[in-house]
Amino acid sequence: MGLDFTVLPGYFDALLLGSLWTIAIMLVSAVISFFGGILLAVIALYAPAIVRYPFRAFSFVFMGTPLLLQLFLIYFGLIQIGIDLPAFVAGVIGLGLHYAVYNSDIIQAGILAVDKGQHEGARTLGLSRGQTIRKIIVPQAVRTVIPPIGNNLIALLKDSALVSVIGVAELTLTSQLAISKTFRPFEFYIAAAACYYVINLGLEYGLRKIEKRVAVAR
Amino acid sequence: MTNEQPFIDVRHAQKSYGTLEVLKDISLQVSKGQIVAIIGPSGSGKSTLLRAINDLDPLTGGEIWLEDKQVNKDLPHRQYEKHINKVRQEIGMVFQHFNLFPHLTVRENITLAPKMLKGISDKDADKLAEEQLAKVGMSERIDYYPSQLSGGQKQRVAIARALAMKPKVMLFDEATSALDPELVEEVNLVMKALAEEHMTMIIVTHEMGFAESVCDRVLFMDEGVVVEEGPPEIIFKNPKNERTQNFLRKHLNG
Amino acid sequence: MDFDLILRVYPYFLEAALVTIQLAVLSIILGLACGALGAYARLSRWASLRFAGATYVSVIRGTPALIQLFILYFGGPQIGIQLDAFEAGVIGLGVNIGAYMTETIRGAIIAVDKGQIEASRTLGMGGWQTMRYVILPQAARLMIRPLGVNINAQIKGTALVAAISVVELTYTAQRYIGSTYKPFEMFFLAGIIYMVIIYITGLGINWLDRRAQIK
Repeated sequence: MGLDFTVLPGYFDALLLGSLWTIAIMLVSAVISFFGGILLAVIALYAPAIVRYPFRAFSFVFMGTPLLLQLFLIYFGLIQIGIDLPAFVAGVIGLGLHYAVYNSDIIQAGILAVDKGQHEGARTLGLSRGQTIRKIIVPQAVRTVIPPIGNNLIALLKDSALVSVIGVAELTLTSQLAISKTFRPFEFYIAAAACYYVINLGLEYGLRKIEKRVAVAR
Repeated sequence: MTNEQPFIDVRHAQKSYGTLEVLKDISLQVSKGQIVAIIGPSGSGKSTLLRAINDLDPLTGGEIWLEDKQVNKDLPHRQYEKHINKVRQEIGMVFQHFNLFPHLTVRENITLAPKMLKGISDKDADKLAEEQLAKVGMSERIDYYPSQLSGGQKQRVAIARALAMKPKVMLFDEATSALDPELVEEVNLVMKALAEEHMTMIIVTHEMGFAESVCDRVLFMDEGVVVEEGPPEIIFKNPKNERTQNFLRKHLNG
Repeated sequence: MDFDLILRVYPYFLEAALVTIQLAVLSIILGLACGALGAYARLSRWASLRFAGATYVSVIRGTPALIQLFILYFGGPQIGIQLDAFEAGVIGLGVNIGAYMTETIRGAIIAVDKGQIEASRTLGMGGWQTMRYVILPQAARLMIRPLGVNINAQIKGTALVAAISVVELTYTAQRYIGSTYKPFEMFFLAGIIYMVIIYITGLGINWLDRRAQIK
């Protein structure tokens, strides 16, 4: 069986739709992973031990096990306890939490790297500890760690292919559906790879723009 | 000195890190509108004393009073936080390394605390920022970020930020030590202008010339004690203590 | 938590863990080879080699590993490449991590102080000698930790081959979740095994790193 790329144009719309779903999954999980990462980082550094240690264990498990396994746990686990989430929601939660843990690690390092003088500067103005963390420390930490968080976002985009396994109809699953009709795996997976590549280029471009914009404010 | 009650009253300040005693029973009274310079070699405890006045480096013994309020109160954590945040709003502090917030513009640096802590409106906060920046000659740079300013400009903004809280007293912790020599004068001018308005100030400095021309009183500290104090013309021209003489010999010619 | 169930099924998980370890070891070896070649190409004097190296890195890092695996396993036969699922897993994962290792190795080589090159060139050493005796020994130390990060990622990355039905840990966990409806127990069991593998690997990398720093 040779190659025949002429089957692709007929599925242009399907692949486009799949790509849009992939972008949607990426964006929603990115938001979860970003704000979740900040929350986890603040908890890990400032919360009392009774809160901190369970969260640390949670992070440890999330960093030590494969994302695919976590997706299975979330999808099937939630069903077992009676929560039947749409695959999209389960996928986005799984991806978002997984990367929130990784982002939290980076943001913690960012927080610790903020100059001690910033803390003093804010406190001498009369800001409380919480206000200082919220308004001064975290915003600065986040700005300095935008490049590594961007790298995580790029990894997240590629890992979003995994949610096809729990039945989210994004780019990878769309390609598989097309393959089941045409029996042309090579052509469609190459096409899917090309779509991911283009989305990735767009994402990298966007991240560079953001980095440039915050460069002056740090 | 007059008989009136001191504006700032440091009573038997004592601070140690483990067995190292950095402040040994220091007392200091500053009356309203007075400008006091603290000089001395590095490690003498002068910065520690200044930072104790707003409880950044809490004392291990003694009391700090601002008018009728004790600054370094021994309170349960929550109450202490509430108390100290209130007190600190009345004490402006300027650091050697500026400590401007790099993620905020000049305007936002100045308006952040007044808006958050005093609840003033955006419009009033903007007006406040403009006023304070005009005072330090930085009106042009109101929408710049700190990274776009020179060291001297940063320090002027930092002074404006502290002044925007309408503090009762200003503390300067070696405000010009981190600056290139040619930028020192612009900051000194701002401080002189403040002196002419009779702002109460305590200034830790290495610049003897500035201390002599601006201050009402000079304290020479060494090894955690006040070795000698008096009006600048006495301390600089006619010091009695040998340690003061040695220190000044090195620093006046150097 | 149903510990009886865990005790009943754990031998199957251990068997599957062996497959995971084999996948990890073989794909990491292949990845290191690809990484060394890739770094060589990216630092080459020849523009065409540099371009080939850059394309390899960009294409592999710009697309999901899962898709790469699918192209190889499902698309391979169309272009005359017949592999069983395990072989496809090793090759797919190895070539994938190789692109990341390319950047790690290249980064470590570049990070060696330029003065080192100048110093050895002024002693009369040639380009290859400089690389072999001065740059690489120093770069090797710098790359142990970041390669450790790549390896850690790859151990978890082996889970992907569950999608092409290689009977490794994640696939096994998934199958038992399906048949027992006990996702937490199965996750617990597989998760612990993954963490143990990663922990032991981490110890090995730390040991290597410490030894390298002494020299």
